[in-house]
Amino acid sequence: MSAGTERGTEQRTDTDSALDVSLPSVDSPASELPGWAPWALLGFAAVVVGGGTLLLGRGIALAVAFTAVGYGLAMWGTSRVVEGPRRAADRLVTVVVTVAFLIAMAPLVSVVITVLANGIARFDAQFFTYSMRGVVGEGGGAYHAIIGTVIITALAGIMAIPVGLMTAVYLVEYGRGRLPRAITFFVDVMTGIPSIVAGLFAFALFALFAGPGIRMGLMGSVALSVLMIPVVVRSTEEMLKIVPNELREASYALGVPKWRTITKVVIPTAIAGIASGITLAIARVIGETAPLLIAVGITTGVNLNPFDSRMATLPVFSYYSYVAPGVPREPFIDRAWTAALVLIILVMVLNLVARLIARLFAPKTAGR
Amino acid sequence: MTTTTTETGTEPVASRPVQQRGDRVFAALAKTAGIVNLVVLAGVAIFLLAEAFPALIAPAAELPGGRSLIAYIAPLAFGTILSAGIALVVATPLAVSVALFITHYAPRRLAQSLGYLVDLLAAVPSIVYGLWGAAVLGPASVGFATWANTYLGWVPFFAGPVSATGRTMLVAGMVLAVMILPIITAVSREVFLQTPKLHEEAALALGATRWEMIRMAVLPFGRSGVISGAMLGLGRALGETMAVAIVLSVSGLVTFNLISSGNPSTIAANIALQFPESSGVAVNVLIASGLVLFVITLIVNGIARYIVNRRREFSGAN
Repeated sequence: MSAGTERGTEQRTDTDSALDVSLPSVDSPASELPGWAPWALLGFAAVVVGGGTLLLGRGIALAVAFTAVGYGLAMWGTSRVVEGPRRAADRLVTVVVTVAFLIAMAPLVSVVITVLANGIARFDAQFFTYSMRGVVGEGGGAYHAIIGTVIITALAGIMAIPVGLMTAVYLVEYGRGRLPRAITFFVDVMTGIPSIVAGLFAFALFALFAGPGIRMGLMGSVALSVLMIPVVVRSTEEMLKIVPNELREASYALGVPKWRTITKVVIPTAIAGIASGITLAIARVIGETAPLLIAVGITTGVNLNPFDSRMATLPVFSYYSYVAPGVPREPFIDRAWTAALVLIILVMVLNLVARLIARLFAPKTAGR
Repeated sequence: MTTTTTETGTEPVASRPVQQRGDRVFAALAKTAGIVNLVVLAGVAIFLLAEAFPALIAPAAELPGGRSLIAYIAPLAFGTILSAGIALVVATPLAVSVALFITHYAPRRLAQSLGYLVDLLAAVPSIVYGLWGAAVLGPASVGFATWANTYLGWVPFFAGPVSATGRTMLVAGMVLAVMILPIITAVSREVFLQTPKLHEEAALALGATRWEMIRMAVLPFGRSGVISGAMLGLGRALGETMAVAIVLSVSGLVTFNLISSGNPSTIAANIALQFPESSGVAVNVLIASGLVLFVITLIVNGIARYIVNRRREFSGAN
């Protein structure tokens, strides 16, 4: 994409300078800013505007913001004088778009730094080996919550992955007509179900049979699997679609029945992408708080049975530690941040693993 | 149910594979799994309706606050739409710019990694955004809110009095904006990448600058994609729970004032805050409000999907 764009730009510049000799009246740029000009202007803006803001004692954030604005204006003004209004607009947009990207990255950096700074204090062995049973102040840990998160997420995966996988197989390998189109549409719509509604659904489902006081791990798993299925379907579908048709046809030509072709040829070819998609789906639901808050609740001790009574989970543990701390407050707030840190690490690692799987085991024939 | 490979639609009859019992079982399994999806979605609607029903028929005096169901849900719906609206207004231009940066401005070698970074923004759990919003963004917003109240106090949004903790509607909207930025960016990026290369190169060949090329070739082509991406983002923002529940200090007021400590709650946050302590008909009322949320997001997402599907196969799920 941008290679083509860049090439186009170069060619255009060459042509322009050639044309300048014979047709000076065409509104081609009279001259061009040298390559170092943007950097020089950026340094200028940083020193004058940013430094000035800092000297006035307005803080680093405002200094950076004013520097960006100053740089944009300086770039635009200089370019307008030297290169003309069209090139000036182009340069201004370049600055705006780059700054927008940096603004978008700021929360990510800030979140990671904040969680690290606040969570590292309790990121110790005790946090991973102790539950909260009988803990009133310092100490204690999230062992029970980590166990709960693992059990509930695993159960959700057990329910969601086969359904999602087979749905994708149906849509790609068997899907013709109105039913598959309806399924595709509603799976897409399902990706937009608010997580809290999924939690309410799990509650309503079980409350109808077992009364309104019911809370158990399985309910959380049901809620999470509702959120997980569409993600698995969509990513698996994408992966099955890029399996080359020649492979299927070669298999049929050897007399292999369709279902063996799917299980022995199509799915193995796409398995890296499918595994990566499933990992991303797990990463998406493992940090879900709202449905578990409703369907599973919280407890202080270890509960290994997802079919009976409340379980603690990492996100809900973090939530309650933060909004309803005991006395003294600090140990609870610290534990909330550490739980958030563990969650972020889990999610980032899962994302990384997904990318690695996709990259390392990608079939060379997939044409990607 | 045909068992030929019909992807190309041109295969000879002779390539029809052998049909076994395994084939029929497998096909039935796949079809069942597909239907399970529809059943689940229908089940969500049915079970919510069933559990919300007692609240629909209960007399107003028995409901929380002693008002009618509509009087209970309306302020929440207002807060939901207001916070999601702020998020959308902030996130959409930013997301389009980020998508343009990744597709047309960033060095080609970096583009994919940068896109991955934006996706990471979507991976951060909402509870973490909530903690971050309450601990970092809220306090950081007080300076701006004070400034806005001093100089722009005549605008209803900044009427004040300024919240000292920063747990305001403005901050909730900002946190939501950060959370929906990745989905809008992802959809916009997809459509921008699909702009016919020939259109772009033709524009450049006619002497357009890069921005003129984007304005004339890329943006018109990607407009419907951006709109549907924004609607998908809106759907997320409407249903986002934990970040709002932690950040927002609620009072139940219906107000456009974005920087004071008295804010309308949102449907989702209200459920999260009230549900663990509720019993009896209050639970049914909360489920009824959840049903309203479900219907709103279903409509928003349905429209968004309709627009995307007209264009191509793309989903926020990947």
